[in-house]
Amino acid sequence: MADINPRRLVRVHPERVTDVSSTDFPGHYPGEDHSWDHKLFKKNLKLSVKRLSQRSIEFDLVGVDASIANAFRRIMIAEVPTICIEEVYVWNNTSVIQDEVVAQRLGLIPLNVDPDLFETRGVNDSATDRNTLVFKLNVACTKKPNVPAGTIDAEKLYENSTVTAGHLEWVPQGEQEELQAFKIKPPASTNPNIVIAKLRPGQEMEMELHCIKNVGKEHAKWSPVATASYRLLPHITLYPKTSFNTQLKRIPPEHADKFASCFSPGVIRVDPVTKAVSVDPKGVRGETMSREVFRHPEFTDCFGLGRVRDWFMFTVESEGPYAPEDIFPASIRVMRSKIANLKKATERLMGMTESDEPQQDTTEDVQMADT
Amino acid sequence: MAEIPKIEVMKGASADLSAATYRIYDESHTMGNALRWMLMKNPKVEFCGYSAPHPSENAIQLRIQMYDSESSLTALHAALAQLDTLCATIDDAYSKSLNEDKFERWVEES
Repeated sequence: MADINPRRLVRVHPERVTDVSSTDFPGHYPGEDHSWDHKLFKKNLKLSVKRLSQRSIEFDLVGVDASIANAFRRIMIAEVPTICIEEVYVWNNTSVIQDEVVAQRLGLIPLNVDPDLFETRGVNDSATDRNTLVFKLNVACTKKPNVPAGTIDAEKLYENSTVTAGHLEWVPQGEQEELQAFKIKPPASTNPNIVIAKLRPGQEMEMELHCIKNVGKEHAKWSPVATASYRLLPHITLYPKTSFNTQLKRIPPEHADKFASCFSPGVIRVDPVTKAVSVDPKGVRGETMSREVFRHPEFTDCFGLGRVRDWFMFTVESEGPYAPEDIFPASIRVMRSKIANLKKATERLMGMTESDEPQQDTTEDVQMADT
Repeated sequence: MAEIPKIEVMKGASADLSAATYRIYDESHTMGNALRWMLMKNPKVEFCGYSAPHPSENAIQLRIQMYDSESSLTALHAALAQLDTLCATIDDAYSKSLNEDKFERWVEES
């Protein structure tokens, strides 16, 4: 497998993990710079998409610090906006599910509406066609006529015995009907088969549902992802390399197959003739880091186990309006708007400190704290 | 009620702001850790650390100490600008990979 600078390795031992923190800071290594260098960053940055489906994406982000990778992960989960049902006006609900429970269930339904079409509604703002999307849910269960005697299947016996997300009916407000995006793709649930409630003849639900734009940190229903996570690339060092400043020993050929079986399938390749052991560069991505290999004394000093500290293998599963490949760029946009926001506040603070303003000018947006 | 400032300098900062703790509202570990890392990449920064003091306070505190009485505010401003270029670079690399690389496309059953 490709050579990795030992400084990039997090080392895994039988009962502890060492070299966890990154060391690429000025002053860490004598005589080395390590200050921010955009050109060097650009050179070392490797981003490659590995797999893409209509629901999920896997990509490698290599050459960034954990703080940056983690910021994007956190933003994808908690700060990329979506639109969800927030207010439920129940006009009639004679189902067995209580109003508040059904309201909670409705809130969790993912909608296919592009959040860029909407504005965020503030706490004191009134609902307009720019910030609120309205659905109605109007379902009554009835007996189907002429059902053969002895039928027990509720679907055959009754009309609307199951209320699903497909029953949500969009009620266009103001200019929403004219919107080209809505003409192409009318607002609805991303999955019409989500069960909301079950009804029996005589029971009905009549509700008006208001949807607003918000982010996952307010409530997880606004999170655009099912999961957004990363793993560090596992790394196995073998003879003739060195590990922990000691020369590694060769894996005894008679134990080669046993060595391979200590790792996940496909991680270690064993030459069928020479019994020479090597690491499969693709297979190593699937290593579960079970550390089974440490249990066998015959492999002592034969290998080094670790992870690459700046090699992030992201998995993002979309659950909502975004295509999986659009969520990461959306998180970058959110990050940049946060930065722009902070930069503006910093500039205001700089202007204030330079002009010798009194420190307690409360009319300014940025002020010196008095606590 | 006066609007809460996005950033304020906390009590105890030195007059030239060479050592100061900033209280940043409506931010979390997301910005805190990223900013701390970028500030520590600056050789003029002697110390940088952040904390999220309490889960019920919607703010983080960022401590910056500078060498040679330089302004920590200038360093903070520079770090933000550098973070922005970093984001732009990652964005470009991502769209390049998505548009040009050959990768596996598959259909996921739901």
